[in-house]
Amino acid sequence: MTNLLEIKNLYIEAYSEEVWQPIVKDISLTLKKGEVLGLIGESGAGKSTIGLAAMGYTRQGCRLASGSILLDGVELLGASDEDLRVVRGSKIAYVAQSAAASFNPSHRIIRQHVEAPVQHGIMSYSEAQKEAIKIYRRLFLPDPEKIGFRYPHELSGGQLQRAMVAMAMSCEPQIIVFDEPTTALDVTTQIEVLAAVKEITEKMNKAALYITHDLAVVAQVAHRIMVLRNGRLVEEGETRALIRKPRQAYTRELLNVRSLREDKNQSDKMDVILTIKDVAATYTGEENVLEDINLTVRKGRTVALVGESGSGKSTLARVITGLLPAIEGSINFLGEDLPLELKHRTKDNLRRLQMIYQMPDTALNPKQTVRRVIGRPLEFYFNMRGKKADARIRELLSSIELEPDTYINRMTTELSGGEKQRICIARALAARPDLIICDEVTSALDQLVAEGILDLLQDLQNKTDISYLFITHDLATVKAISDKIVIMLEGKIIEQGEKKKVLSPPHHEYTDKLLSSIPEMDPDWLDNLLDERLDSFI
Amino acid sequence: MLSVLRQSPLSARIGLGIVLLNCLVAIFAPWIAPYEETAVVGDVWESVSAQFFLGTDHIGRDLFTRMVYGARNTIALAFLTTFLSFLFGSFLGFVAAVKGGWIDQMLSRFIDVIMSFPTLIFALMILSVLGSSIPTLIFTIALLDSTRVYRLSRAVAMDIEVMEFVEVARLRGEGLWWIIRHEILPNAMPPLTAEFGLRFCFVFLFIASLSFLGLGIQPPLADWGGMVRENAGAITFGIFTPLIPAGAIAFLTVGVNMIVDWFLHLSSGLHE
Amino acid sequence: MKNVILHILKRIGASVVTVFVISLIIFIGVELLPGDVADTVLGQSATPETVEAFRKELKLDLPPHIRYVAWLKNFVQGDFGNSLANKRPVAELISWRFSNTLFLAATTALIAVPLAILLGILAAFYRNTLYDKVISTTTLSFISFPEFFVAYILIALFSVKMELFPSIAMIDPHMGLGRKFYTILLPALTLTCVVTAHMMRQTRAAIINVLASAYIEMAEIKGIRRLRIIIHHAFPNSLSPVINVVAVNLAYLVVGVVIVEVVFVYPGLGQLLVDSVAKRDLPVVQASGLIFSITYIGLNLLADVLSMLSNPKLRQSQF
Repeated sequence: MTNLLEIKNLYIEAYSEEVWQPIVKDISLTLKKGEVLGLIGESGAGKSTIGLAAMGYTRQGCRLASGSILLDGVELLGASDEDLRVVRGSKIAYVAQSAAASFNPSHRIIRQHVEAPVQHGIMSYSEAQKEAIKIYRRLFLPDPEKIGFRYPHELSGGQLQRAMVAMAMSCEPQIIVFDEPTTALDVTTQIEVLAAVKEITEKMNKAALYITHDLAVVAQVAHRIMVLRNGRLVEEGETRALIRKPRQAYTRELLNVRSLREDKNQSDKMDVILTIKDVAATYTGEENVLEDINLTVRKGRTVALVGESGSGKSTLARVITGLLPAIEGSINFLGEDLPLELKHRTKDNLRRLQMIYQMPDTALNPKQTVRRVIGRPLEFYFNMRGKKADARIRELLSSIELEPDTYINRMTTELSGGEKQRICIARALAARPDLIICDEVTSALDQLVAEGILDLLQDLQNKTDISYLFITHDLATVKAISDKIVIMLEGKIIEQGEKKKVLSPPHHEYTDKLLSSIPEMDPDWLDNLLDERLDSFI
Repeated sequence: MLSVLRQSPLSARIGLGIVLLNCLVAIFAPWIAPYEETAVVGDVWESVSAQFFLGTDHIGRDLFTRMVYGARNTIALAFLTTFLSFLFGSFLGFVAAVKGGWIDQMLSRFIDVIMSFPTLIFALMILSVLGSSIPTLIFTIALLDSTRVYRLSRAVAMDIEVMEFVEVARLRGEGLWWIIRHEILPNAMPPLTAEFGLRFCFVFLFIASLSFLGLGIQPPLADWGGMVRENAGAITFGIFTPLIPAGAIAFLTVGVNMIVDWFLHLSSGLHE
Repeated sequence: MKNVILHILKRIGASVVTVFVISLIIFIGVELLPGDVADTVLGQSATPETVEAFRKELKLDLPPHIRYVAWLKNFVQGDFGNSLANKRPVAELISWRFSNTLFLAATTALIAVPLAILLGILAAFYRNTLYDKVISTTTLSFISFPEFFVAYILIALFSVKMELFPSIAMIDPHMGLGRKFYTILLPALTLTCVVTAHMMRQTRAAIINVLASAYIEMAEIKGIRRLRIIIHHAFPNSLSPVINVVAVNLAYLVVGVVIVEVVFVYPGLGQLLVDSVAKRDLPVVQASGLIFSITYIGLNLLADVLSMLSNPKLRQSQF
C-alpha cells in the first residue's frame, strides 16, 4: 500500500529574538490509508507544529524551512497558496483543541459544516446538509436532525468538539489531524469524543495524526506512536510494543507517570485537624453552589477532593480559606471553630492554613525575587529578618530541592514552571502550616514536572506530618497521592472514604462513571469500555 | 537601562530628543530668552531677523522670547495637572479594585456619570462659573482627567487583583496598603507610565485648546495656545506667525507619543 | 431576542438617569457661584435695587429645588430662558446654531466614516507592511496635533496660498446647499483629519483582533478562499466593534467641533458656548452645555445599542 502522507527530514523554524530558530528538527513520518499515527510529547515538543505542517500550514512567525511533505504524491512544501488551499479541508482536515474558539460565533454550525464541501465544489449545499446530518447521527450527537441549526454557543463543550470532528469529515478527506481534541474536556466527556474518533478511524477507515500529551489516550486510538521531545523524534513504534517495551528512558518516564505509589499505613490513629460540618455556600444569595458539605482531614494525611469542572471543589477551597464565607455550617480547625470570614481570622489561623495554586505563573508576583517571596511570610508571621531570615530561606530552598545560591536572588520570572511551583511550596512551608490546600497544583505542568512536584509533596509530608487537601480533576493523581478520597458532583459530596474503599466496588453510580473514564495504558481499554457502555450510551 | 536605550528605534530617539529639548528650554527659560517675557520690543508682526529670531507678535513682543517662556508655562502647567490627575485617579482606582463591593460600585457609577459628560463642555461650564485662574484650571482639568486615569488604573489593578499572588497576600493577612504598595503598584507601573505619557499629551492639548479659546492661561503670561489665538489674525495676511506656537504644540505631543509607542511596544513584550 | 431588548432598555434607562444627573450638576454648578448670578452679572457697581429686580426676573428668590424643577420643565418644553447678554430668548439663539453644528458634523461624518473604515481595513490586512507603517505614523501625528494647528495649516495652504476656499466659514440660512458645502469644506476637512485618525486606528485594532481568532485560522485550514474568509467570517464579527468605534467617534465629533468653529468663525453652537462662557451668559451656557451633553450621551447610547444588536451572541439567544 502506498503512503498517503510522507514527511521527510522536515525542519520548521520560528522567529524569536531576531533569528530563525528550528523548533522541529529532522522529522520524518509516513501515514498509510486507514492508519492512525499518534504524536506524543510534552509542551514544546513541536507536535502541533508538525500536525499543521502536514497541511502545509504554519502559524504566524513560523516557516517550513526544509525537507519534504508529500500528501498523496503532491509536494506541499513550496506549493502555491492556491494549490495548498485546494488540498486543505478536502484531502486533509483538522480538528483543533478548542472547538468553542474554532467555530465562528456568527454562523449556525451546519452552515460552517457545509462550507468546505460547497466551496471546494464537491457537493451542493443541500447534499452537504444531508451528509452533515448523517455524520452527526454517526457521531452520536443528540437530535442530529436539528442540532446543526444551532449556534456554537448553544452547544456543550463535548457536543461542540464532536461537531468539529464531524465538520472535519465534511469533505470525506483521506487524513484527519486531531490536535489535542480532548485536552480541554472532563474525563467523562472525553470518552464521547474518543468514541467519535474511533468511529471515524475504525469504522470509516480514515487515516489520522493524533496529537496529544497523554500516552494513555493515544494508546486507545493509535496504531503507531512517535514520541517527540524538543522538536526531535525520541522513538517510534507499534503502540503495543512501545507500551510494553519502551526503548528510550524518556518514554519509560512518560509511561511511569501513572504508576501507583505505595500505600501508607492506613491507621486512623492520627488526630483530626480539620472538620467541616454541614457547610453551604452561595455566590448570588439565591442558589447554593455548595450544600451539606461534611469532611475531615487528619494530621499527616492527604484528602483528595475530586470532581469535574463545575462540581464546586474550588469553591470549597474558597470557603475553607474564608474568601467566600459559608452561609451555614462550621469549620473546625485544630480544635477551634474558625471564623467563617477571612477578615475575622487571627494571624495564627491564617498562618496554619496555606494554599498552593494551579498556575504557578500567576501565583508569584513577577516583580519580586525568590528571597522576597519566601522572606515575606517569615517577616510577617515570625518577624524574622536579616541573617536569620536568610538562613531560613536557604533551608527552605534546600528542602524543595533547589540550590539556594543559584536561586535566592532570582526574579520569579526567571524560573521554569516546575521551579515556580516549588517556590510556591516553599512560600507555603515558610509559614509552618498544619494544612496546605493544593488546588490543581499539577494540572498546568508537563507530566514529568508534575511527577516531581507530587514526589516532593509526598516527601515533605513524610518528614513533617503536614496535611494536604488536594483538589483535582485528575483521578490518576488521586490514585497516586491520596489517603482519603472525596468525590463531588454539582456542589455536593456524593461519596467519600479511604482510598481503597472508594476505588473498589461497589461504587456510587457517578463514581463508577468517573473511575471507568480514566484512560488506562491498556490499548483495549476504550474498546472494552465502549462495548460495556453501548447500551447506556447516548 | 543604557542598553535598552541603545536598542531603541529611531522614532523613540527622536521623541526623547524632542522632549529633552523642550524640558531644557522650559527649565532654563530666563537664560535662553533674549528679552523679558512681556516686554514690547519691536513693531507688530515684524519678520524674522537677527534681532528677532522668530519675528514679533501682534503687539510687538519678541516671539522667540514668548515661545521660550510659553514652553515653561505650558509644560509646567500640563505636567502638574497630569501629576495631580494621576494622584487622584490611580489612588481611587486601586482602592476601588482592591476593596471592591459598594466602594467600587459608588465610585464607578459616579465616574461613569462624569465621563458621559464631554470633557471640554464640562470644563467650559466650570470655568464659566468659577472664572479662569491658574489654580481653577489645574484642579478642573486634573479632576476631569482623573476619571480616565481612574478607569485605567482600576482595570489594570483588577487584572492584577485576580492573580493568585494577591490572593496569597490576602490569605496571609496583609492589609490594604501593603497589597496596593507591594503587589499591585509594581505590576501596574508599566501600563500607568505609558498612560502618563498619553494623559500628558491630552492635558497639554486640552490646556492649549482652552487657552486658544481664551479661557485658559490668561495674558500677559505667555503660553502656546494663547499665542496662536493672539496671532490668529496674521494668517489672513499671509503671515504664518500662529503656525509657530501651534507647530511647537504638535511637535512636543508627537515626541511624547513616539516615546509612549516605543514603551508600549517594550512592555507588551513584543520585540518584533 | 427578548434578552437583547432587555439589555437595550436597561442601557436606555441608564442614559436617562445620566442626563438627569448631568442636568442636576449643571444646575448646581451655577448655584455654587459665590453670591449669585445677579451679583456676578451685574458686578459691584450695581445698586441693590437693580440687583433685586434682576433677582426677581430670574426667580432667584425662590428655593433652589423649585427653580430646578421649573428650569427642567421649561427646558423639556424648549424654553431655555433669556440670554443675559442681549435679552433674546436662548432657544432662538440656539436652534439655528445647533442645526449648523449638526450640519458640519454630518458633513464631516460623511467624508470621515467611509474613509476611516476603508483605511483601517486596509491597514489591518496589510499590517506590518510599508503601507501600514506610513498610515500608522500619519495617523499618530494627526492624533498628536491640536485641531487648530491642522486648521491653520489648511487655511495657510488652501485659503492663503492657493486661494481656493474661504478661511472664514460664514454661512447664513439663505445659502444654497452647494454653496454651504463649499463654505464649510475647510472646517469639515480639519475635523476629518482628526476624527479619521482616531477612527482608523481603532478600526484597525478591532479587525486585527478578529483576524487573530481561532475560527479564522480554522477557515483557512478548511481551504476557504481569502476573500470569502474576509466577507463571510471576519466581517460579521468585526461589525460590532467597528460600529462601536464609529458611533463613539461621532460623539467625539459633535463636541470636537467647538474649536474648529472658533477657528473658522462658524456660527455653530460651540462658538456660542465659548462666547457665552467668556461673557458669563449663564442661561446660554447651561442650555448649550446640556444640549451638547444630551447629544453626546445619545450617540454613545446609539453606539452601545447598535453594537449589542450586531453582537452575534446576544442577537441569537433564543432562550
